[in-house]
Amino acid sequence: MEVQSDLGATLSTLLGLAWLIPLGSFAAILFFGPKMGPHGRNSAWVATAAIGASFALSLFAFGTWMVAHPPQVVDHHGAEHHGAEHGEGEHHDGAHGGDDHGSGHGDAGHEEHSSWSPPRGSGGVPATFARFADDAAAAEQHAAGEGGHEHDDAAHATAGHSSERPAYSGDWYSLYRSPTLVLSIGWYIDSLTVLLFVVVTFIATCIHVYATGYMHDELHDITDHEVTLASGGHLHRPGRYSRFFQGLSLFCFSMLGIVIAGNLAMVFVFWELVGICSWFLIGFSFERTSASTAANKAFIVNRVGDFGMLIGLMALWGSLGTLHFGDTVSVDADGHQVVQPGLFSLVRPAENGHALQVPDGMVVAAASDRVASIAAGSSAEAAAAEVAGEVSEWRAMGMGNWLLVVAGLGIFCGCMGKSAQVPLHVWLPDAMEGPTPVSALVHSATMVAAGVYLTGRFYPVLTPDVLVVIAYIGAITLFIAATIALVCTDIKRVLAYSTVSQLGYMMLALGVGGWVAGLFHLVTHAFFKSLLFMCSGSVIHACHTNDMRRMGGLLKKMPYTGWTMLAGCLAIIGAGVPFVIGFSGYYSKDSILAQALLFRQVNPSHAVLWYAAAGGAALTAFYMFRLWFMTFLGEPRDEHVAEHVHESPAVMTAPLVVLSVMAVIAGWSLGPLGVANLLEQARPLGTADGLTGGGLLTAAVTVPAEAASHADSIHFTATITAFATAAAGVLLAAAFYVWRLVNPAAIATVLRPVHTFLENKWYFDEIYDWIFVKPAHGIAALASANDRGIIDSIIHFFAWASRQLAAVDAWMDRVLVDGLVNVLAAATWSTGLRLRSIQTGRLRQYVMFIVVGTVAIFLLVSMMFSTTVASP
Amino acid sequence: MNLLSDPVGVSHYLIVGAILFTTGIVCMVVKRNALGVLMGIELVLNGANVNFVAFGSPVLRGEQASILGLDGQLMALFVILLAAAEAAVALAITLNFYNNHATVDVDRADDLKG
Repeated sequence: MEVQSDLGATLSTLLGLAWLIPLGSFAAILFFGPKMGPHGRNSAWVATAAIGASFALSLFAFGTWMVAHPPQVVDHHGAEHHGAEHGEGEHHDGAHGGDDHGSGHGDAGHEEHSSWSPPRGSGGVPATFARFADDAAAAEQHAAGEGGHEHDDAAHATAGHSSERPAYSGDWYSLYRSPTLVLSIGWYIDSLTVLLFVVVTFIATCIHVYATGYMHDELHDITDHEVTLASGGHLHRPGRYSRFFQGLSLFCFSMLGIVIAGNLAMVFVFWELVGICSWFLIGFSFERTSASTAANKAFIVNRVGDFGMLIGLMALWGSLGTLHFGDTVSVDADGHQVVQPGLFSLVRPAENGHALQVPDGMVVAAASDRVASIAAGSSAEAAAAEVAGEVSEWRAMGMGNWLLVVAGLGIFCGCMGKSAQVPLHVWLPDAMEGPTPVSALVHSATMVAAGVYLTGRFYPVLTPDVLVVIAYIGAITLFIAATIALVCTDIKRVLAYSTVSQLGYMMLALGVGGWVAGLFHLVTHAFFKSLLFMCSGSVIHACHTNDMRRMGGLLKKMPYTGWTMLAGCLAIIGAGVPFVIGFSGYYSKDSILAQALLFRQVNPSHAVLWYAAAGGAALTAFYMFRLWFMTFLGEPRDEHVAEHVHESPAVMTAPLVVLSVMAVIAGWSLGPLGVANLLEQARPLGTADGLTGGGLLTAAVTVPAEAASHADSIHFTATITAFATAAAGVLLAAAFYVWRLVNPAAIATVLRPVHTFLENKWYFDEIYDWIFVKPAHGIAALASANDRGIIDSIIHFFAWASRQLAAVDAWMDRVLVDGLVNVLAAATWSTGLRLRSIQTGRLRQYVMFIVVGTVAIFLLVSMMFSTTVASP
Repeated sequence: MNLLSDPVGVSHYLIVGAILFTTGIVCMVVKRNALGVLMGIELVLNGANVNFVAFGSPVLRGEQASILGLDGQLMALFVILLAAAEAAVALAITLNFYNNHATVDVDRADDLKG
């Protein structure tokens, strides 16, 4: 029991440290980076050691988790057992002590609320974490007829399922507390958090090692041939080696902050932090116009998404008064534990069997006019009671439903920006201006996956309306991006559009109810896409060009890069022996296709989602192998490039090999040990069931339970489809670029309009230019004209009037005031002139004056006072 | 009142003092030699001294010796002291003036004229 009770504390400490170490590295490099060895060379080791330590801690936390909560192979086919068993179990009884639970770990989860005190800030915010009752406790409760003791996910037990849903949450530090909002730095740890910590830190470690080799040019002064100065020469600048690793460290800290965050406010803060890191890193060579423009574009497009996210946050906060994912347990003045329900248990309350319902706060907010009329007629307590009584009726009327949809769409809007979903995808391909390690870490594996992660984390709150929107956005994104990737000739842009397309896959999977499928693809994609980017970086490093048309036949000269990239390509197209074994992408893409197929069967009107997913698989295979064939097979197209090609140093190829191994095996399951089973363990409560609803944005729709997609019939069709489409894509690419059965240029000529359309990236940039940028420029020109023509002339008039007034004032000052003073001075002067003639300097004359004066005074006095003086 | 026939009293002393004073003034006015001017000053001071002493003497005032009035004598002593100090300073100035101008003619000492 003690082991279990301490688990939350242990995990939060381990992951908290893993989260903060990169921050320390950032600070160290920020202050001492340039002094770390010659040209800041050692800053790379500081950053790498920091992220390596984070990885070790994450791995330790992962091991701890696996020991405490070994994942199980879940029997999905019994999904319908959910629900009926759950009576009206008292929601909060578990919080008041362990006595409700028969035995086992269930007690422990609640006992140690009081026995363990987490690090906290002022205000005494107790950490909440609890372990869920094990099956024994659950079974006993069922036997005792207490009803399915469905607890909310942060503090209580999951009893109705055969699987556990362990999660821990709590606050480290509370920034601000009011009755309606608590802003805190906290954690929410379940197997998804732990898994993503391992994935992010692992990939980041590989990329740090890779970057120490890739960025070695920055160790000395650089002449940037892409920047032409006004003087006609090229820019010459000192290397920025340490600054690069400083940015990477800050990025790792921010990304891990999103993953560990225990509430949406904290997610938002770190969301913006990764945004600014992305800005720093895209604009690493900020003297290049293209780089600084791309950085600004990424930042601004993300702002558009974040605006929606802010609306979602406000909808949640305004109606529910909390942004915490999990429940918060605090102790009130009387010593009772008070459970403050988090978002998940508000939207899917345990009393309701974790079924999605509009929370009371949103119902009341939507029915504000009725609440006002009730409040007008009675006392406050009576009104509150009456409102509480009416809530379920109002909910049945559908009140507040739109508020939940707005919240879900708002949060998803932020995810669209970060995960580059159409129509906000335009920034990601441009972000490839950043150095390749940045593309590998930030713009393919981790940061852009944060949107998918948040959609997955927020999944319990999403209504069927929102899910359908997500599915369609994902499908459109995956299709558009895949078509653009077909014609790209820049090796990094192909991968960038491939990333957008795969992110679309993930969103599609989440939208059609494949929670595990979407996040599974997120994990596997992180491995193989970072691998692909690093391989492309290795190629660019060797060829000094991004243009695939100048490459070719590199496999002999760059065997490590070539073969590891082939592994990455096979992984992304989902290659494998059907039903036997495959690369990591084989498993994740199959589960996505299976879920899309199931969705189509349940909702025939949405069949297009399935076609997009299946067609996208063929496109993926084509463009990935087009890339590989063009780069590594055939004859060198450009002698000049081919001459200088060489394999990259070991510090760059070693991470490639490590990642290629992961790209192969990441999807494998060893019994219950596998990413998919681990994710199944983290499945949000209540989402194992299907979800029917809609009506606001779409006709009624049923999001099927994911477990049903594991049925053999669906699985068979999906696997065969995936294999067939991928094979078709690869064969087509081979026909184009290896066997030369078809001349790509001829096809391009025949399909000129389509080809041009795709080459111009569906004209998204031009459309945005026309719709947003040009009007903005027009408005700016108008405002500028207004400024210059009207406002400036008014101000100029005032300035002129002030001048005139001042001139009058100056005249008065000079003539009147100064004149008076001058007259006085002149008078004094002339008096002095006249008096000076008396001052002759002749001593005897002075004596004469004295005598004469004395006599005169004497005479004068004697005349005036003659009588008095004369009388004896 | 006949001065020549009357017994010597304050008036006689006052006349002597006045003559001395006037002589001193005239000496100061007419002498161009700085030393002469200083002598005139001495005469003026001593003329005043005579007045002091005359007014200070109870005998001369015709009063009884019951009052010990030495105010006039004290003032005279003070004036003598002052005259000595003044003579010292004035002679120093004169000497300096002579050093600078090679003359003691006070008419040449007009450096401070306006």
